[in-house]
Amino acid sequence: MATKVAKKTAKVGTPKGPKVPVRVEDAPVVIPAPRYLKTKSRGKPTFQGYRRENGRVGVRNHVIILPLDDLSNSACEAVAHNVKGTMALPHPYGRLQFGEDLDLHFRTLIGTGANANVAAVVVIGIEPGWTQRIVDGIAEAGKPVAGFAIEQNGDHKVISAASRQAREFVHWATELQRQECSVKDLWVSVKCGESDTTSGLASNPTVGNFIDKMDVWGATTCFGETSEITGAEMVCATRGKTKAAGKKFMKTWQAYMDEVIEPYKTSDLSDSQPTKGNIEGGLTTIEEKAFGNLEKIGKKTQYVDVLGPAEAPRRGPGLYFMDTSSAAAECVTLQAAAGFVVHLFPTGQGNVIGNPIEPVIKLTANPRTVRTMSEHVDLDVSGILRREMNFDQAGDALIDMCIRTCNGRYTAAEALGHREFVLTKLYRSA
Amino acid sequence: MAAPDFLVHDTVDTVGVVVVENAAKGKKLSGWVMENDKTIHITSVNAVPLGHKVALKPIKKGDTIIKYGHDIGHAVADIPKGGHVHVHNVKTKRW
Repeated sequence: MATKVAKKTAKVGTPKGPKVPVRVEDAPVVIPAPRYLKTKSRGKPTFQGYRRENGRVGVRNHVIILPLDDLSNSACEAVAHNVKGTMALPHPYGRLQFGEDLDLHFRTLIGTGANANVAAVVVIGIEPGWTQRIVDGIAEAGKPVAGFAIEQNGDHKVISAASRQAREFVHWATELQRQECSVKDLWVSVKCGESDTTSGLASNPTVGNFIDKMDVWGATTCFGETSEITGAEMVCATRGKTKAAGKKFMKTWQAYMDEVIEPYKTSDLSDSQPTKGNIEGGLTTIEEKAFGNLEKIGKKTQYVDVLGPAEAPRRGPGLYFMDTSSAAAECVTLQAAAGFVVHLFPTGQGNVIGNPIEPVIKLTANPRTVRTMSEHVDLDVSGILRREMNFDQAGDALIDMCIRTCNGRYTAAEALGHREFVLTKLYRSA
Repeated sequence: MAAPDFLVHDTVDTVGVVVVENAAKGKKLSGWVMENDKTIHITSVNAVPLGHKVALKPIKKGDTIIKYGHDIGHAVADIPKGGHVHVHNVKTKRW
């Protein structure tokens, strides 16, 4: 029998599979023919999302193992190793914090668990009191959540009990189905990083075009970066939908100048904004840099309200400004904790950031970054610099990539495992 | 459409941004005004590096520089049409 089979195999004609290369550096990368759902080329698109218990819509279906504090990271990582389909979110804080800083810690962790990209949550903390606060906060979103405390139990027992719970959550979550949703249910955050002249020229205005279109369709969107708006703050204040929103922005910006810059600065910002690298790349003044940044909110969209860090929008659809650091991972972590489910990240020189629960879509107009860092780039808009596409076309391409991502396409950052979960700390712990 | 040598955001801008590596002194440069999709031409007075700005009209010392339709600082020296606009001749009004 065995010889007969061997003979038959030998008879087969031309090989069907791609040739296994002798030298892997010469191997072509095979890109299969696209099979994704086509986005409507013009007009309001829909996407396939997960509608959660509280009505909010997610684009991912994570079961997360969330540590209350630094001490619980190890147990969370052990559970995530035991139970496939779960993800631990380790972080360095949660002990001896107080006041506003502690409030922000709770708000960020609860918001992360409550985010519509998360199906269910296991919380592990060193002690039951604060662990319970996180569990209760996430439970308000109506989703399955359970908490475990390590004190008087030890890691082994907690890992065992939490693993049993996590496995049940995974069984439950993996049977949830996507359904067609309107962009009215879509919450999108934006923030740029490693910017250069191509950011202000092309990739930021592409995001702006996206915002202008999505705003009309009733999406909820968010920009931040309080420090990077310095130089364009007066113009940003005029972009409020109401006088009150503009005033609130100026108050937030001024508080940042008074409480962060004034006490710690050693000179004015002229030596650091723009940075030496920015100047080398062609930026001249802090205003020029700030206006390039502000291109991300489009030509006409006005923000409806100003949010504190990790604060969820409460005034319905529209654009929101959030008081955040301009450090990429801190900003996106706060936006995700406020409930945003997909992020647009224009970059010039090539920032590689991702987030554990919110997919981060990278776009760049820098042809060198496209060439040298292609594994990090989801959308190449360098054609704008060559007049091969205009902002309208680039904005449509970004809408298409956003909808495909919402439908399930892994971003470059997701595929590469970039899960930067960085909590903002307002001051040192007691 | 041929690839442009420089881009201009807004019709009121007084500077454009060079997007090619060979904007040498005395070169005739074509620019794309992105807001209205027009093509304009200027001749460079200096070599202008990629990503740096070129003056679209004569700029006097003290004049406001407009980019993105906004005030990004003021000239601290006269800049001829086609001149390189950068930290040597433009400063913020802030400090």
